[in-house]
Amino acid sequence: MADTREITVTVNGESRTATAETRTSLGDFLRQTLGLTGTHMGCEHGVCGACTVLVDGEAARSCLMLAVQADGREITTVEGLADDDGALSPLQEAFWKHHGLQCGFCTPGMLTSLTAYLRDNPDPSERDVREAISGNICRCTGYQGIVDAALDAAKTMREG
Amino acid sequence: MVVRYLGAEVQRMEDPRLITGNGRYVDDIKLDGMLHAAFLRSPHAHAKIRSIDTSRAAALEGVHWVFTHADLGPKYAHRMNQLYPAPVIEQNKTQYPLAKDEVCYVGEALAVVVADSRAIAEDAVALIDVDYETLPAVVDIMTALEDGAPLAHADTTSNLMGRMRSQFGDIEDAFAKADHVFSASFMQHRGGCHSMETRGCIGRDDPWGDGLTLWTSAQSPYLIRRALSRWLDEPEERIRVVAPDVGGGFGPKAGFYPEEIVIPLLARFMERPVKWIEDRREHFMSTTTQRDQHWALEVACTNEGKILGLRGKVTHENGAFVPYGILLPNSSLTPLPGAYSIAAIDVGVDIVFTNTVPNSPVRGAGRPCGIYAVERMVQVVSRNLGIDPATVRRRNYVRPEQMPYETGATLRGGAKCVYDSGDYEALLDKALELADYDGFAARQAAARAEGRYLGIGVSSCIEDTGMGPYEGTTVRVEASGKVAVRTGAASQGQGHHTMIAMIVAENLGVAPEDILFESADTSKFPHGVGTIGSRVAANVGPSAFDAATKVREKALKLAAEVLEASEADLDIEDGVVRVNGAPDVSITLGELAVQLSPASAMRVPAGFDPLLEATSYDGSSGSPIACGSNVAEVEVDIGTGEVRVLRYSVAHDCGVMINPKVVHGQIVGGVVHGIGNALFERMIYDNQGQPLTTNYGEYLLPLASEMPRVDVTHMETPSPLNSLGVKGAGEGGTIPAAAAIVAAIENALAEFDVEIDYYPVDPQMLTELIDAGAAEAAE
Amino acid sequence: MKPAPFTYHDPTTADEAVALLASHEDAKILAGGQSLMPMLNMRFVVPDHVIDLNRIDGIAGIRDAGDRIEIGAMTRQRDLMRDPVIAAKAPVIAEALNWVGHFQTRNRGTIGGSLCHLDPAAELPCLMALYDAELKVQGPDGGRTIPFAEWPLAYMLPSIGPDELLTGIEVPHWGGNHGYGFVEFARRHGDFAIVAVAALLGVEGGKITRAAIAIGGADTRPIRLTEAEDALVGAAPDADAFAAAAEIARGIDAMSDAYVSTAYRQRLAATLVARALTAAADNLKGSA
Repeated sequence: MADTREITVTVNGESRTATAETRTSLGDFLRQTLGLTGTHMGCEHGVCGACTVLVDGEAARSCLMLAVQADGREITTVEGLADDDGALSPLQEAFWKHHGLQCGFCTPGMLTSLTAYLRDNPDPSERDVREAISGNICRCTGYQGIVDAALDAAKTMREG
Repeated sequence: MVVRYLGAEVQRMEDPRLITGNGRYVDDIKLDGMLHAAFLRSPHAHAKIRSIDTSRAAALEGVHWVFTHADLGPKYAHRMNQLYPAPVIEQNKTQYPLAKDEVCYVGEALAVVVADSRAIAEDAVALIDVDYETLPAVVDIMTALEDGAPLAHADTTSNLMGRMRSQFGDIEDAFAKADHVFSASFMQHRGGCHSMETRGCIGRDDPWGDGLTLWTSAQSPYLIRRALSRWLDEPEERIRVVAPDVGGGFGPKAGFYPEEIVIPLLARFMERPVKWIEDRREHFMSTTTQRDQHWALEVACTNEGKILGLRGKVTHENGAFVPYGILLPNSSLTPLPGAYSIAAIDVGVDIVFTNTVPNSPVRGAGRPCGIYAVERMVQVVSRNLGIDPATVRRRNYVRPEQMPYETGATLRGGAKCVYDSGDYEALLDKALELADYDGFAARQAAARAEGRYLGIGVSSCIEDTGMGPYEGTTVRVEASGKVAVRTGAASQGQGHHTMIAMIVAENLGVAPEDILFESADTSKFPHGVGTIGSRVAANVGPSAFDAATKVREKALKLAAEVLEASEADLDIEDGVVRVNGAPDVSITLGELAVQLSPASAMRVPAGFDPLLEATSYDGSSGSPIACGSNVAEVEVDIGTGEVRVLRYSVAHDCGVMINPKVVHGQIVGGVVHGIGNALFERMIYDNQGQPLTTNYGEYLLPLASEMPRVDVTHMETPSPLNSLGVKGAGEGGTIPAAAAIVAAIENALAEFDVEIDYYPVDPQMLTELIDAGAAEAAE
Repeated sequence: MKPAPFTYHDPTTADEAVALLASHEDAKILAGGQSLMPMLNMRFVVPDHVIDLNRIDGIAGIRDAGDRIEIGAMTRQRDLMRDPVIAAKAPVIAEALNWVGHFQTRNRGTIGGSLCHLDPAAELPCLMALYDAELKVQGPDGGRTIPFAEWPLAYMLPSIGPDELLTGIEVPHWGGNHGYGFVEFARRHGDFAIVAVAALLGVEGGKITRAAIAIGGADTRPIRLTEAEDALVGAAPDADAFAAAAEIARGIDAMSDAYVSTAYRQRLAATLVARALTAAADNLKGSA
């Protein structure tokens, strides 16, 4: 018999209750049980960062958390970054404007990581941003568009 | 008034979905009744399979079935076909979809479990008992052809897969009359795919309905359909292959893998859809890579550094099987002579089996290797003659007035290699200016005074792009006025949707948002080729342009009749055909489409074929040759051996740029991949073929923190080979990067007389070279 | 890469956790998860039981206890980086944490987890060696204190019993006028150190009164370069003294593996010891 627990997680503002096998990662739970496939699993060993979500507002790798550890917590995924009425966040807009994505697979993790980072560091230098995203691997863009997007979004948010 | 999209930095139409988490990659697809597969993969690089016992695995709760080669049955017992046959291939070793009685690389699949979940499938895989008889493994290409070397395949007597040669001009004469002959030998090691999305596929078999469907994270759906059709001996028409959103390809997803046979078969046997998603460890072990290639070359030149000839021998690692024919070694040879007019070349390649995962093109394919080799020899000439490397290049470039320039080499498919257009010296000038090359000596001296070691390196390249035969497009206006655009081209992030929408929008006179774009689905477009070798823009650009033009012409012809105006007085804007000067006189494209698709008993207007649509397979009549020069500026910390890339400048010419922002992204991404090859990406194997770098802590991909900004400037020399003047841009950033980085490191460490004969260059290697150089200098 | 099945426990007290450890032979402790989860996912470990410490109150937090800093084992690395007591009294810890993984991993990773995992290339064990920290461990028969020098038993194996739980760490910080340095060489930002060196230098009247040098990444356990430390006492904090210390570092026992040789680690140790001591001396000049 599989070891399971019923858990209640608030995801993007919505309370979700479901049964999870205790060995299931938070990333797999979000994707498969809750059907939120925006979060991507790139390596399942905590290096690529594609699976990053916000747990109680703090960026964490969802491949390195068990779903049951998220019981009672608030999770924000890429699907929760835009407004309720669909308006993109300044960071999402900036990614679009600066060609900060190509295949899009690393993008959800980049967006959640930078959302948390820029909230806590509203005026970063380019060096700061590059270090901040050093926990997120992109094979397509060479990072420059992502860095430009982050700096532009930071500027927009400071001025807005 | 025509809206101009071509050449504009249009924001990508792909992005709104992807930045909100609404992409649809293969693992996002959920089908009713879907089961999950996991493979048992060989832990040995070479072994005989004495027996496999799957009974414990099959008994596990949640497991539906376990299959080995034998369980697939006699109808499915044959090896995979050679997709790229060539007379050069002496030993055509292809895999069984599940290994039969021998495994030849760590990661080769020999059994598969189908279960309710991936986790249960993995539990069951751990319960499969295999009796292996391990055999010696061959790993080192330099000794693989020696007597007594372990054999990669037990039923062979040699590890030679085949031999090739690129030969033109009078090489004896070149070396006889040379003032100097210099030699160099070096090993190139390029690394793996590491798209952030691993491979994966879903098979579904619906024999009374849609037939066999395979969703797969792949670059070449039509190749897969044809390969599957041949292997199954079933019609292509009853096989549908779809590449949904694909999270990066880079070459290794352009082929046809054993899993793409096994998973559809499982779906057939289980009568339920079956999904398999490669995990990252599997990716390290079973997705094709590009590994070792050794070059031993001699260059003949004049006192002025004019290169007269190049000759030598390449030893190329094939891996255990031959899924890509000779694509990779071939594309290593065809770039010779690079950007230079070299009269004679004679380079042979020995292609060698090893007990490692089969080798395939990885971004650039063999071009980075061939260009690296040429650029190294230019460096050798420069260093030995004491002539500035940029000057040596100037003395050797193919000149614009020589275009079209036939190099003497032959491309795959037998066509002669002809450089169509480009000004290589102008590109060098632009790159040097962007890099402030002239100011470098002062920078280097100032740093040296502080005890810091800066170096600068230049490299130039050409890239054959736009390989044929075509990548067709259909443009069809439908009744609503929306424009359906369909192509076989598969995208893994290159922005094809946006590029094609821009071309169609501009030429047909509609808004890009009114285009309904579908691609990479063999049921939606009859035939395609694949996204490889920077070929798509130079093929699909012209076909989209041609199809849109034909639709426009047809629309105008019909509109002229309907509106009783002359075609010359008509214009199309935002999907509406209007008479110039009488804007109230108009008809929409949708209305025209309805006229051409009438209801029962009505008539299509006389003189017209039904439907407002056109299909074109227009492409490039030859291979447009992109080109560029790169300059890398590095700092070497001689205390640790660390190399920091401070500055990287690119001058690139890919002809007419459809969307400059997309081109820029391809260049920068390509450069970073190339820097990864030069400094970081090393796959280590022990002498029994066991891979030792199988996670992202051990195998190093380039991260944002170590990568420089890449400054890019463009020239746009149109290609005369297609209607738009475009050339490919996907790999031009990668191809010259390693050569520039290595040259820069040697420049930084010139006082230690450092010569680099291996990449990726790592700090330990550099400290050994530095210490050796310092010791010699002290003597 | 999914873990093999296990039975999951999330106790709410340390006593409960210890009782679980005592009653379940094949159990792994889940702290921050940044090291254990990859091992579970790759099936490098296949425990029957996983005991999650994240719901236990009372074993996280940082407390200023005068001449020592008390750190709960489940204190997140992020919190160590931001803590004012650490910043004031042991700033080298905050400095080193810039090199520990990435901010996403520091949000979850704990000091206790790092010390129990004991990866040779991890930075936190190196810092604990630097300070001669004391590790508080709780077992079924009560608690005991283990000086850090006795903590590493073997490669990635601390000298903690199978039914014992690390609950806290005490760091006897340095008072007085001293400088600190932390220098690491890694291939990329956030990677494990190939070699890292942490140094503390106490200086009075232009002479070194106290020195501590800890080298991480070179051997299976952090190395305190006591020979060099002793030689530095009484010397002026200048380049010559640091060069001599570096030469001693060159002679350490260092590991060799498929990626990096012994000789290179030794060379790095020498280079980085000089740089860490120089940083500590510069750091000192800057302070009042």
